[in-house]
Amino acid sequence: MKNFLAKINNSKYFDGFMPVLAALSALAIGAVMLLFLGVNPLVAYRAMWVGAFGSSNALAETIVKAVPLLLIGLGICISFRAKVINIGGEGQMIIGALAATAFGLYVPEMPGWLVIAMAMVAGFFGGAFWGAIPGFLKAYFNVNEILSTVMMNAIAVQLMNFFLRGPMIDPNQAELLSKIPQTARLPEAYHLARWLPTRLHAGVIIAVVLAFVVYLLLFHTTLGYRIRAVGFNPDASRYGGIRVRRQVVIALLLSGAFAGLAGAIQIYGLNYRMITDGSPTGFTGSAGFNGIVTALFGGLHPLGAIPASFFFGALLVGANSMQRISQVPSAFVIALNGLVVIFVVSSALWQEARQRKRRIAEVRDDSPPPSEPDQATQDVSV
Amino acid sequence: MITDFFSATVLIGILASGIRLATPYLYASIGETFGQRSGVLNLGVEGQMLMGAFTAFYITLRTGNVWLGLLAAIGVGALMGLAMAFVSIHLRAVQGISGIGFYLFGLGMSDLLFQKLMGEVKTVSGFGAIEIPFLSSLPVVGEIFFRQNLLVYLAFLLVPVAWFVLNKTTLGLKIRAVGENPQAADTLGVSVAGIRYLTVTMGGVFSAIGGASLSIANLNVFQQNMTSGLGFIAVALVYFGGWKPFGVLFGALLFSMVNSLQLWMQILNVPIPSDFAVMMPYVLTIIVLVLTVGRVRGPSALTKPFIREG
Repeated sequence: MKNFLAKINNSKYFDGFMPVLAALSALAIGAVMLLFLGVNPLVAYRAMWVGAFGSSNALAETIVKAVPLLLIGLGICISFRAKVINIGGEGQMIIGALAATAFGLYVPEMPGWLVIAMAMVAGFFGGAFWGAIPGFLKAYFNVNEILSTVMMNAIAVQLMNFFLRGPMIDPNQAELLSKIPQTARLPEAYHLARWLPTRLHAGVIIAVVLAFVVYLLLFHTTLGYRIRAVGFNPDASRYGGIRVRRQVVIALLLSGAFAGLAGAIQIYGLNYRMITDGSPTGFTGSAGFNGIVTALFGGLHPLGAIPASFFFGALLVGANSMQRISQVPSAFVIALNGLVVIFVVSSALWQEARQRKRRIAEVRDDSPPPSEPDQATQDVSV
Repeated sequence: MITDFFSATVLIGILASGIRLATPYLYASIGETFGQRSGVLNLGVEGQMLMGAFTAFYITLRTGNVWLGLLAAIGVGALMGLAMAFVSIHLRAVQGISGIGFYLFGLGMSDLLFQKLMGEVKTVSGFGAIEIPFLSSLPVVGEIFFRQNLLVYLAFLLVPVAWFVLNKTTLGLKIRAVGENPQAADTLGVSVAGIRYLTVTMGGVFSAIGGASLSIANLNVFQQNMTSGLGFIAVALVYFGGWKPFGVLFGALLFSMVNSLQLWMQILNVPIPSDFAVMMPYVLTIIVLVLTVGRVRGPSALTKPFIREG
């Protein structure tokens, strides 16, 4: 029995449950926080559950929220695998959305499908551009990418505010006194298909397909191999003939591109126009940060990011109904996300220890029978 | 209009508010400098500032005593610093990412508490301006430097103190040793974990005071996400300042003067779109980061957890 439990504990598949454990811990601490605020955690969490999964419409909303998280999470998988920490998802998503919106608004009339396809490309390149700048600065000027991407976020927000208040403002709003900073609405023909009556749009298909593409890219192409090699050991990679600097730029560029695409899909699938309330997260809804949480939760694996994005989409949608029913502000979920990140990165040490144990167990299995196998396991666990 | 801009009153106004705006950066960046010199990158500064700002404001609002407010903020900052220290030192979590976790936690938590406990934006009477006798009546200089609130004075006093501690005391030597070569420090009997716990907790305390300097001294209000990126800039200033207290002071002043200039340009309706004016400090930070690189080298063990070998 003891051996059996040890086997489960050492098994590779148990690693997959780590994020679940982290999420449960975060929810448990969240429950304590709720108790302190005088809210019954069971009532609050139930409201969350119903809000996220209670009806087909709720489920659709959860998926709608998950789409940008998945796309940004995919980009994060790429950059974090190269040990490049991209905090700039917010800004990259904004620039991507700006580029895609401008394309749809100002391009001469074309068939809908063509405009949509080209707008997605515009969003992709917009985000790529915004990600490539800090990538270039890191690779060739050794500027810490965490700091530069944060600054790029702030700059992107101001650019958005400028364009939506000025050059790109809805002509109708420009005449009104209110001057709401928003663009004109995209024509019907340019909207992504929807499953009516819900708001679920075709963006979800794009996102899931891309998850598989990123999986292939990372694990079955030379480029992916190079990116991962650079993250694993830059010195050895350089010695092995990989141009490390170039991979760093590519990693951040691709990471930004996915965030930009997320922005484009948000416009063409959901909002049909770009609108801001002037605040940094007004357009993105913090998707740039939550995408990081999603990717970490999915073990930095593109396919793991699919269920992870669904989970966080549910948390975000559930938070709204929790706010309505038990008067817990939805900011609660932001704090929860923070706890999940802390727990996930904190469990890495544990995971490493178990990996080491596994490797030793493998060696033991291959070599001639050792005298005292139990002794060996105990030694390593110290 | 442009001539207006260069009048004496405006220039004095820009400089005086620049000095005031530098306060939160100074606290947070000096605290972060200690952490980084010992080898720990704390990216959760923004979250710690927000929690500090909220705690200080709320306690001051409830008790009417700014000192209690400040004390409570210090307590909360120490707790958050301790948590960050535990996660980076004992659990050896990747520091760049765990910091983002603490940022999100502080962002959400301060907002949650604000909505649950206050519900609306209120004001308190925080630390008032203290006019230094004689010095404050000096023309120009008096107005710029000597009619500020207590937390502003303390922030500027902190710089030479931090310099002294880092460079002229045994503790400072230990901190630097731990950040440069933890193995060697460990062999000489310095507790690497102990020093890092101390500096990271201290960093949390100073970040919280920086937040408090916004909510109960400079602005006397609390709003959701009121720091809006200030904590991240504070971390950038440590790089810019070459991990030295006076370098950080220079960076904080440069940055806040540009910010102050930008605010005054908006007040005076200088024909530059306000969005671009707001953008200026961030663009400047990036440029400055590009320019400083190669000039100085950071602590060798920065972001590397210490594992005793053998």
